[in-house]
Amino acid sequence: MTPTELESVYEALATTIDQVGESKTELFLAKLTLLLAERVGDTPTVLRSIRDSARSL
Amino acid sequence: MRPAGRGETDSLYFDYPCFDAPEKARGATLSEPTPVAIVGAGPVGMTAALALAREGIRSVLFDNKSTFNDGSRAICVARESFYILERLGAVAPFVEKALGWTTGRSFYRGQQILEFNMPDGPSEKFRPMYNIQQQYIELYLWQAVSDSDLIETRWQSEVIGVRNTSDGAILTIRDTNGTYTIAADWLLAADGARSPVRGMLGRRLAGENHEGRYVIADVQMNHDYPTIRRALFDPACRPGGTVLIHRQPDNIWRIDYQLTENEDADEATREDVVRRNVEAVLSEIGHDGPWELEWWSIYSANTLALDDYRDGRVFFIGDSAHIVPIFGVRGLNNGLADAQNIAWKLGWVMRGKAGTDLLDSYSPERRGATLDVFENATKSARFMTPPSHGWRVMRDAALSLALDHDFAGRLANPRQMTPYTYGESPVVCPDDPAFENGPEPGKVIPEARLQQGYLSDHLGPGFNVICFGADLAQELEDRLAAEDDIRVLSLPARSEAAHVFGAARTAAYLVRPDRHVAARWHQARATSVITAYRKATCNNGAEA
Repeated sequence: MTPTELESVYEALATTIDQVGESKTELFLAKLTLLLAERVGDTPTVLRSIRDSARSL
Repeated sequence: MRPAGRGETDSLYFDYPCFDAPEKARGATLSEPTPVAIVGAGPVGMTAALALAREGIRSVLFDNKSTFNDGSRAICVARESFYILERLGAVAPFVEKALGWTTGRSFYRGQQILEFNMPDGPSEKFRPMYNIQQQYIELYLWQAVSDSDLIETRWQSEVIGVRNTSDGAILTIRDTNGTYTIAADWLLAADGARSPVRGMLGRRLAGENHEGRYVIADVQMNHDYPTIRRALFDPACRPGGTVLIHRQPDNIWRIDYQLTENEDADEATREDVVRRNVEAVLSEIGHDGPWELEWWSIYSANTLALDDYRDGRVFFIGDSAHIVPIFGVRGLNNGLADAQNIAWKLGWVMRGKAGTDLLDSYSPERRGATLDVFENATKSARFMTPPSHGWRVMRDAALSLALDHDFAGRLANPRQMTPYTYGESPVVCPDDPAFENGPEPGKVIPEARLQQGYLSDHLGPGFNVICFGADLAQELEDRLAAEDDIRVLSLPARSEAAHVFGAARTAAYLVRPDRHVAARWHQARATSVITAYRKATCNNGAEA
C-alpha cells in the first residue's frame, strides 16, 4: 500500500465516522473489522492486528 | 403459571391424570428392598426405569407429585433422543405426535439474516429435531412404565432422607399414610434442578450464571407457519431483546422473550403484563387473530454441573447433575442420554455381564458431554443475551453485517446439533489412525440405509460388531463365548454403511448398547475385537 493509498483509506474512515455519527461509530467500526477480517481471510494477521490496536490507547 | 381462574394443571388441551399414593394396606411391604430406587418420575427418571427394565432390572420410582410436570417446559427432542426412546420400545407415540423440523430462521430488526438446516436426508430414520410438549413426553413414557412388570411407581412419595452405605443406599420416604425406609442397592437421583437428594448428600452444583432472563409462554392459536424455529433479534416489539418462537402440536406456540435489565421478574410474570408482551410479539409476526394464553414461566440461563455425577451408590442423572441454557436444547436431551448411559451400565454390572469399574465411566462420559454442551451453550447464550458491552457491540455488528453478508449470519447459528463424544472415557479405545473418515471411538454411529430399512434396525440389544467382510464375521462368531452379549453384523463392503463408516472390507467397529463406538480397526483381527469388548465391559480378567 502506497502512502497515497493509505491516506485515502484514512480519509474514507474519517468521513464515514462523521457520516454515521458518534452514537453509531462503535457499531460501524466493529462491522468494518469483521468484514475486513473475513475478506483478508488470514486469522493470525487479524488477531495480531486486534492486539496491536489495543496498545497505547 | 396459568391465567387467573385456572389451576396449575388446568390446561387448554391436556388432561393431567391424578395418581394416588401407595395404598395404606401395603404397610410394611413398602420397605422391601429394591435393586434400584429412582427418585423423580419425570422424563429422565422414567427413561432410566425403562432402560433398566430392558436389561431385566427391577426398580421403584418415587415422585412427590400426584401428576406430571406442569406446563410444556422442554419441547425440543433431538434425533439422538428418539433413538433412546426407540431402544425402550416407546418411540411410536412420539413419532406420531411430535412435529419434526430441520430449519431455523434468524431475523434482525424484522429482516431474515440466516436460515440454517440441520443435517437430514433419506439416509436418516429420524428428523434432527422434534417439538413436543413435556407433558406428552411424560405421558408416553408413563404408558410404557405402567406396562412394565419390572417398574413400580410410587406417587405422592417424597424422599426426606437418604444415606449411602457400603453396599447400597437407605431412603426415608414420606407419603400420605406415613413414613418408612427402604434399602436400595443403587439409587438414581432424577429429582431435577433443585434435587433434594443432592442437597441431602451435601453436594452442590458449580458453574456460571449467565445474563438474561426469559419469559416462556405458550399460546394456542391458528397460526400459519411451518415448524421452523424463529429467532428475532432486536425486534420492534422488544427493542434490544431476543425472541424465540417454536411451533408445538395442538396449535400451541412457544414464545420465549428476553426481559430487559429494567424489567422486574415479578412484574413481568403478572398475567396482564405477559398478555401485553405476547400480544406485541404476535403482532410482529403477523398474527392478528384470536389467541389463548395457556401457560407461562420465567427462565434464566445457567451452566452448572456437579464435579462428579456419582456419590457412592448414588448416581445423579438429568437436571440434578447439570443445568444448561435452553438455547442448545440440551437440558432434556442430555438427561435422557444420562439415563440411558447409567442404565445399561448398571444393568450389565448387576447381571454380571460387565465389571463394576464400568460404573466409573458414567461420570467422565456424561460430565464430559455436559462440558461440551456448556461450551456451545455459552457461545449461544452470549449471542442471544450478550453479557457485557463488548459482547453486545460485536453481536450487534454481526447482526447488522448479516443483513448484507451471509458469512456474518453464521455467527447466529445456535449449534443445536453439535454432537458430543466420549473421547475421554476410560472404556473407549484410542482411535485407529488409518481411518480417513467415519465415526471415531466415543462418537455415536451414523445412520445408513440398509436393505429395506436402516442400519439401526439391524443392531442387537447388547454390543454389536459391525464388519464389512464375511471372513472376519465368521471368525468372530466362532470365537465369541455363548455368554457374550454381542451381535456380529456383516455388511456389504460396497454399501452406504461402508461409505459413512469409511470402512473397507477389513474394517470393523465395536459399538456399545448406547450406539457409541467403543473401538474401530481399519484392519481388524478377531482377537483385537474380543479384547476391546472385554475392555469396554471392564471384564479385563477374562482372556480373549
